[in-house]
Amino acid sequence: MSAIEGIARTNYAYLDEQTKRMIRRAILKAIAIPGYQVPFASREMPMPYGWGTGGVQVTAAIIGPQDRLKVIDQGADDTTNAVSIRAFFEKVAQVTVTTHTREATIIQTRHRIPEAPLGEGQVLVYQVPIPEPLRFLEPRETETRMMHALEEYGLMHVKLYEDIARNGHIATTYAYPVQVAGRYVMDPSPIPKFDNPKMDRSPALQLFGAGREKRIYAVPPFTEVKSLDFEDHPFTIQHFDKPCALCGSTHSYLDEVVLDDRGGRMFVCSDTDFCEERREAGHVGELGVPA
Amino acid sequence: MNAEQPLLKVSNLSRFYGGRIGCLDVSFDLWPGEVLAIVGESGSGKTTLLNCVSSRLQAQAGRVEYRMRDGRLRALSDMGEAERRFLMRTDWGFVHQNPADGLRMTVSAGANVGERLMAVGARNYGQIRDTAVDWLERVEINTDRVDDPPRAFSGGMRQRLQIARNLVTAPRLVFMDEPTGGLDVSVQARLLDLLRGLVSDLGLAVILVTHDLAVARLLSHRMMVMKDGRVIEAGLTDRVLDDPREPYTQLLVSSILQV
Amino acid sequence: MYVAVKGGETAIAEAHRLLADRRRGPRDLPSLTLAQIAGQLALAVDRVMAEASLYDPTLAALAVKQARGDMIEAIFLLRAYRTTLPRLAISQPLETAAMQIERRVSATYKDLPGGQLLGPTFDYTHRLLDPALAEAGDEAADVAAATRRPSSGERVMRVSDILDGEGLVEGDGHFGADHVAGDITREPLEFPMPRDTRLQVLARGDEGFLLSLAYSTQRGYARTHPFVGEIRIGLVEVEIDLPELGFAVSLGRLRITECQMVNQFKGSAKEPPQFTRGYGLVFGQSERKAMAMSLVDRALRAGEFGEDIVAPAQDQEFVLSHADNVQATGFVEHLKLPHYVDFQAELDLVRRMRADYEAKRADEASDEDAITSEAAQ
Repeated sequence: MSAIEGIARTNYAYLDEQTKRMIRRAILKAIAIPGYQVPFASREMPMPYGWGTGGVQVTAAIIGPQDRLKVIDQGADDTTNAVSIRAFFEKVAQVTVTTHTREATIIQTRHRIPEAPLGEGQVLVYQVPIPEPLRFLEPRETETRMMHALEEYGLMHVKLYEDIARNGHIATTYAYPVQVAGRYVMDPSPIPKFDNPKMDRSPALQLFGAGREKRIYAVPPFTEVKSLDFEDHPFTIQHFDKPCALCGSTHSYLDEVVLDDRGGRMFVCSDTDFCEERREAGHVGELGVPA
Repeated sequence: MNAEQPLLKVSNLSRFYGGRIGCLDVSFDLWPGEVLAIVGESGSGKTTLLNCVSSRLQAQAGRVEYRMRDGRLRALSDMGEAERRFLMRTDWGFVHQNPADGLRMTVSAGANVGERLMAVGARNYGQIRDTAVDWLERVEINTDRVDDPPRAFSGGMRQRLQIARNLVTAPRLVFMDEPTGGLDVSVQARLLDLLRGLVSDLGLAVILVTHDLAVARLLSHRMMVMKDGRVIEAGLTDRVLDDPREPYTQLLVSSILQV
Repeated sequence: MYVAVKGGETAIAEAHRLLADRRRGPRDLPSLTLAQIAGQLALAVDRVMAEASLYDPTLAALAVKQARGDMIEAIFLLRAYRTTLPRLAISQPLETAAMQIERRVSATYKDLPGGQLLGPTFDYTHRLLDPALAEAGDEAADVAAATRRPSSGERVMRVSDILDGEGLVEGDGHFGADHVAGDITREPLEFPMPRDTRLQVLARGDEGFLLSLAYSTQRGYARTHPFVGEIRIGLVEVEIDLPELGFAVSLGRLRITECQMVNQFKGSAKEPPQFTRGYGLVFGQSERKAMAMSLVDRALRAGEFGEDIVAPAQDQEFVLSHADNVQATGFVEHLKLPHYVDFQAELDLVRRMRADYEAKRADEASDEDAITSEAAQ
């Protein structure tokens, strides 16, 4: 059974070197054309499509043994899929892992941008389910590629117009479309619009990987990222009525936790590392205890 | 811009479908503010010609030149796709026979009118909406319908909405393909009245395709009669209708205009 | 005092221990061997090989065992392994006319050179559960060994060649001499997609999805008037060219199923009327998949024949973007991952909109009250 003996060996960071080079070329092209979706020959990964295969391939193509990797899902390091992806890279890339945003060189994320400002030299890798911001207005790839090429983005504003006409305000709360460097309209992945302003002129390199849809795109450091809006209905982010119950933060994105079946609720930071650091620094919320 | 110069120059335009002629060797000039009707029976090539001139269909021979807002005459075939599409959604309009082909049926009337404004960079919701409301008024649609989708509109209202959607960017040239086709006679009359008013108020140049000579008489200054893909007679509308020279035109006029 | 839920790592490890336990099942029963799976659940193994696009019965059997019999999971396992393999060479096109045939049926001719051969088919079995198979133990005595007839070694001509001889069916189609077949596992899909890569997508596409699409064409959603020209199942040689030797070398044999569907004729002033074709080819024995594939292939050629594209089965982007079950299952099942950040954003918005709505209603109600009381005065 020679076939069975051969199956345990894999290359560093799982992908073979040829594949990594192909992905790096796609990444370089993406950085050169900010916000443009570069098709790439996405590989089948040992985790399901839709579970971060795009982000994992991007990370695998750029990671080295000297890196410190942080993986978050919904802002937290200990959500099961984040744990699973972190364990994957510990195993196949022998990389140091961390939960501290400031210490990490690569942060792979699903649905959030960390609260702590990112710095130069850090790379934020987003997992992207549907890279095409126009997809739900126009399902055809052949059409949407043409619309991007010709910068025909009127339809995008039609959607926002309809939101306001119907609801009195723009009713998009996550995956809120942005325009990058004044040119390409881009899906920022399903992060809450709360996080959109963090993308603008970030010193960190932001890479986006969509495995199932086979696209990579990027926002280079210090690039303008503008959330689409109207002059008289400007883009705004969510605000929470209460501070974090654990650390008392009033400027972070909060998760709602259901405490009982009598309507008991509490709100806590979605970014677990941020919350812990604050508590270590002595901040205490309503239901928290000093660290 | 000089009204002494043609707005559009069409030279030797031909289009074939396999071995069959769509339209053959058609040439004409269109002047600013002029309404030109293309008439003929179905299958005569008038819609093919309209689509070739408006670059919705590629002609196999000939050229179409258009005088841009800066006064320069430019061949459509020399423009890039982006420039051509920009022209089509700003300085040109296209009114389809079936309003569903020219409207977004699932978004509100306001957004339908506002789309062209947003496509060219309008970013003030209040102004876009005010302009939309203003246009609904001009095409005689009750302004409290601004947030309703055209799906909920009657055929006549849909057609008027399509016209508003096209005119909102103040185009200088509008193509119309049987704009009153498929409507009841009373609804047609009202639409024709409206169109006649708008065309003269705005000084629009129009190329109008119709099989209905009464529509041509009411709206157009000049007309071309097509048969088998060729233009067989052209002239001032009153002249062609009152004194047709070609036997085919005579037949067409006598068979239709009696009613 | 509140403590956030932690311990994702431990939970995952424990879940996987439980999975291993359930996979093993009752310990008083022997564990399945891969040889048993490959030998006795051969059609399951065939499907896994076909949709994983990797021909290796042993590894496919391992995948079936590891996946506890979940076919799509098994396909996924084998695909993930396939990705890591280097591409050593591109084989010569398989010569299906030289197939060592186990089954061959044609619906278009009553008899034909090479004859009709039923082979190991479920057709004409009465679908009655067989209690004999339920009995434990060695059935070897009850099931007679198949009798073998030495192969004549003659090529069995394909039905498409018979029709082609009369010029009544379109030819095999030609790519230029320098054409290199695409590889959908190495290049991103781009639309419109040429037929070689379309066929690759269909060959590894989900059997159920293709079956339903094929069925829809028969019911009038892009009808193509199909006749089964021929289905053949058997072994074919895989050969690669070795330039240093100057000839092709056989790597071994594969069992495949090929279906040639003969469809509605076309003709024009320039081209003589002739039948069109749909093609299906899959690893292993899977007539259902090969037939469905050939129907969908033909439907997808609508543009080529100037047919209106009106039905789902004719729509390239629709069919090809949704045929892959590993992609589909991943994306459908990813909905069970946490989405509470997005949901929180929506929840907040709906609460605000709801509050606006209630406030507006309260306003209207108090206006009405005012009017009523005025009227009363």
